[in-house]
Amino acid sequence: MTEIKLPGIYDGMKFTKEKRKELEAKYVKMMYTPGEAIGVVAAQSISEPATQTTLRSYHAEGRTQLVTTQGLPRLIELFDARKIPKTPTMSIYLHKDQNDKVHAAKIAAKIKETKLIQIIDTDALDLVNFRIEINLDKAQVKSLEIDVENVCTLIKKSIKNINMTVEGNTILVEPKKEEMTIKDLQSIRVKVRDKYIKGIKGIEQVIVEKDGDDWVIKTLGSNFKKVLKMAEVDTLRSFTNNIYEIRSLLGIEAARNSIVRETLATMRAQGVDTDIRHVLLVADAMTSTGDIRAIGRYGIAGGKSSVLSRANFEETVKHLTNAAIGGEVDPLKSIVENIIMGNIAPVGTGSVKLKVKE
Amino acid sequence: MGTIKEIKFKMLSPQMIQKLSVMEVTTSEVYDVDAYPIDGGVMDPRMGVIDPGMRCKTCGEKLGECPGHFGHIELARPVLNILFLKEIKTLLTYSCKCGAILAKKEDIAKKPLKISSLPPMKVCPECGEKYEKIKLEKPSSFYRGKTAITALEVREQFEKISDSDANLLGIIGGRPEWMVLTILMVPSVTTRPSITLENGDRSEDDLTHKLVDVVRINKRFADNLEIGAPDFIIEDLWELLQYHVSTYFNNEIASIPPARHRSGRSLKTLSQRLKSKDGRFRHNLSGKRVNFSARTVVSPDPNISINEVGVPDRIAKELTIPIKATKLNITELQKYIKNGPNVHPGANYIVKPDGMRKKIIDDTKEMILEEFKPGYILERHMIDGDIVIFNRQPSLHRMSIMAHTVKVMPHKTFRINLCVCKPYNADFDGDEMNLHFPQTAEARAEAKELMLVQENIRSPRFGGPIIGCDQDYISGSYLITKKDTVFSKADVAQILASAGVENVELKKDTYTGRELYSFVIPKSINVSYRSSVCEGVDEKDDDYVVIKNGQITQGAVDDKSISPFKGVLLDTIDFECGHAAARLFLDQITRIISEVMARKGFTISVGDLDMDASVDLEIQKHMDSKFKVVEKLIDTFKKGKIDASPGRSQAETVEDLIMIELNNITNDVQKIIKSGAKESGALIMAKTGARGSIQNLAYMSGMVGQEAVRGRRIFRGYKNRTLSHFKKGDLMPLAHGFVRESFKEGIGPLGFFFEAQKGREGIMDSSLKTRVSGYLQRRLVNALQDIVVSEDMKAYDGTGSVVQFTAGEDGIDPSKSDRGTLDRTIHV
Repeated sequence: MTEIKLPGIYDGMKFTKEKRKELEAKYVKMMYTPGEAIGVVAAQSISEPATQTTLRSYHAEGRTQLVTTQGLPRLIELFDARKIPKTPTMSIYLHKDQNDKVHAAKIAAKIKETKLIQIIDTDALDLVNFRIEINLDKAQVKSLEIDVENVCTLIKKSIKNINMTVEGNTILVEPKKEEMTIKDLQSIRVKVRDKYIKGIKGIEQVIVEKDGDDWVIKTLGSNFKKVLKMAEVDTLRSFTNNIYEIRSLLGIEAARNSIVRETLATMRAQGVDTDIRHVLLVADAMTSTGDIRAIGRYGIAGGKSSVLSRANFEETVKHLTNAAIGGEVDPLKSIVENIIMGNIAPVGTGSVKLKVKE
Repeated sequence: MGTIKEIKFKMLSPQMIQKLSVMEVTTSEVYDVDAYPIDGGVMDPRMGVIDPGMRCKTCGEKLGECPGHFGHIELARPVLNILFLKEIKTLLTYSCKCGAILAKKEDIAKKPLKISSLPPMKVCPECGEKYEKIKLEKPSSFYRGKTAITALEVREQFEKISDSDANLLGIIGGRPEWMVLTILMVPSVTTRPSITLENGDRSEDDLTHKLVDVVRINKRFADNLEIGAPDFIIEDLWELLQYHVSTYFNNEIASIPPARHRSGRSLKTLSQRLKSKDGRFRHNLSGKRVNFSARTVVSPDPNISINEVGVPDRIAKELTIPIKATKLNITELQKYIKNGPNVHPGANYIVKPDGMRKKIIDDTKEMILEEFKPGYILERHMIDGDIVIFNRQPSLHRMSIMAHTVKVMPHKTFRINLCVCKPYNADFDGDEMNLHFPQTAEARAEAKELMLVQENIRSPRFGGPIIGCDQDYISGSYLITKKDTVFSKADVAQILASAGVENVELKKDTYTGRELYSFVIPKSINVSYRSSVCEGVDEKDDDYVVIKNGQITQGAVDDKSISPFKGVLLDTIDFECGHAAARLFLDQITRIISEVMARKGFTISVGDLDMDASVDLEIQKHMDSKFKVVEKLIDTFKKGKIDASPGRSQAETVEDLIMIELNNITNDVQKIIKSGAKESGALIMAKTGARGSIQNLAYMSGMVGQEAVRGRRIFRGYKNRTLSHFKKGDLMPLAHGFVRESFKEGIGPLGFFFEAQKGREGIMDSSLKTRVSGYLQRRLVNALQDIVVSEDMKAYDGTGSVVQFTAGEDGIDPSKSDRGTLDRTIHV
């Protein structure tokens, strides 16, 4: 290499001339040897600690924290590229002027999905007047800043043939249709109770936490699109653990970065020390086509060009028959195929095309 | 010999099968009364030899030379090839009886693989025939509308599809009608050899059994066709033939009952031979058996180098290496011949330049010695200094396979240095390991340069040492280097001598432990760091390690210095002085520590767990007070006055709060034990990081504390209570798995029960986890295995596309880096 440039992380750091020289020399020495099988090393570096250490899947401390998927199950979920994680969560950061406990709590309350049932104190079927009487919890209505009239119009829109009237702290629900049985009335009651009235859909739990200087809103349930639209939210720092949401909203590079972040966070949380480069490689391999590909038979391994390599992994017969129909040709360019053929595989010292004279 | 450049996959045409076939199998009889294979049977000798001494009737070669030859069966009527069932359905759906395609060609071209998402045309554009829905009735009957389509009709329809149309539908390099079999290929007998049992009976291969079935039914079918049997008999036989041919290809089709052996075991037919872990691919092709390997139990030997492996002499005499005799080495080689095969540095074979091999035995060695001259090859025994490859399964990372130099030893076990236990994850409770002896110069050179243990000290996972001192070496290291340890000149001389440290001049009468230790640290080392025994602030002399010019001036050397993962000192030596220096350091320091430990002695005993009565009292008091707090919490909860945390019910909230309190007890007891424990072997081990932790000590001499199952207190058991000893709904700690006793005083029956629950969970967890993480590893490796760094530092995958434009974004190999950076001391 003609010109040596230190890695980006050292940009803007001041070194004496000698120190820079020394670092540059170190850097050149530390470079990969061409032919190095970094894929295998990366795979091993991630999965070896997974077998060795006790990757717990749940929190040992019963802290009042959000219970999220952790450890090995989370890793598998990430590499499987599941469409929706088992426990979707968001971390929402706020703009400077909102970055305090009071504001954060307010915004958190605003975000949380509230259903009517949560602000109901008592409700009952009034069989005399054939209607449903809902008594609201005053304190809840006040603390959640709910406009009861508004709620009624919202509910009326989504359920057909009902009339709602507000009487102080009570909502009366009357069916418009004649000839209703008690059973029908009951089913309306169940429907009404479960109506969404406030917040962002899908956000089941919110918690405000202090993280360094920041107040962060952590949520259980993810609806990143809606959150990004909120003016108070610092969109540059907020994130979700749902890779696909990030993929569709922010693009493949962001998705790739979030795979890296999530994987590293999961491993670090278990006390596993793994170099970021291995995780970068996995994330890059998963996203290099522009779409998220899973690790496994429907993703990277199933998408390989070599028939033998695919047949070697899983669904052997399927790959062979399909190859026969499609008249596929295996060029034997990669590793497994050559091992199968008994040739020297083109990795490491095998990638050098020189031969010792007999 | 040429190498195979590429492999084409294709369907075989009937003509091709005919061409490849050397005979037609016509009879289901296999052997005649003399147990001789019948001509025209499935074991016909024209299809290859499987008996020693016989010659192939086709090629005239002997067993082992003849590769075997295909035969064929002319099927009475065509049957579907079950493996292509899906494609047959697609083709039937998208082609008309007249052979025209029932979809717009442009549409197919647009989505060649997703043709099933296109609706087929209602009317054939060519002949105007109305399209009727094609239905597949499992296992393998097709219906157009309501009328059944026979395999014959399928074939006739497919024959009419033009080549270009077939191409468009994804059939390349073959004809659609070939998916309907008219002629069945019979694999050679070498593919399905019969085994002769001890009692002389022959046991046939599963494939042979299946072929016999096919031939038998085919024959009966043909006969019935000839005599013009009624339709229903013909249909039944046709279906039966279809069944046998289908199961011949794949005996695990969901809708077909598998063909079974007499014993009830299902037959292993073609698909089963290839499939899954014990199939041809994974069992025989990507994993192969090798020669020149050995396996035995491993046991520890602290006196050999980490680069070495102790090999039992009887293994060394079995494993050989070919050495070409030259003028220069002939006298040495002659010595080996003289020793013969039974005396250790001997030899087992010679190979003449014409390729003839001669076994050396005591009777022939004189003769061979005379004959032996330059140009001959001698297969000599494995001797000290040879390079071998050593492995312990499961091979989870590349440090599971490393190269060692041989040290031939008496007895029957492989001996390894204790420092390499970590990378192999080996212990000595009966672990066995494998050894391989590379045979060529290239292999040996590669093994030595790339795989030698010292080359693998730095793990590619995190860029720190994976090989280092463990357990007693850590306690010993601490005992040597802690403040005020002194050794006499005579002791130092003996210890250094036993460690193999040479060329030192001892001028002083006494040496401190640190001075002793410093003898093996390279002079260029300058580091300082906080040690493991340090608790927060650097108060005591032992807390902060300072090494100046290879001299420890301050601090106790514990796991922070020399252990795998953490070892800063070891890391620094490896980084600044190279792998060889690090290896030497490890070899010498471990021997010094063993020697010192042997002199001083080090142990733990029950006495180490004795605490002052005041400590015990403090713990009891603390527990009592915390129990009261919990009781109060429960009280408030029962009155309904607990403030529920957001998103959780009151019951959940109170449970959370109780858990916090109880976990606090554990932490507090740990603190009490830590401050109350007397200096002892157990404490040293915990503090230096050699083995165990303060937590373990607290369990033994303080209290066991809360037993958790699935991350929460124990609630399982009877209705509303864990055991009948408690009142229903009791939320107090003792009723849900809190154990007040310590292991030393002994836990009560109730505590024992809870402890057992926790223990069981642990065992289930770990056995389940190994399976799951093993599969994760297989998938990860399979997905990434063909990603390789190119000469221009790019990471390419197997298809030749770039995964990373600079491998690892900066091109740094973690296994050469300082914990992933250029220099750990520069903080970014």
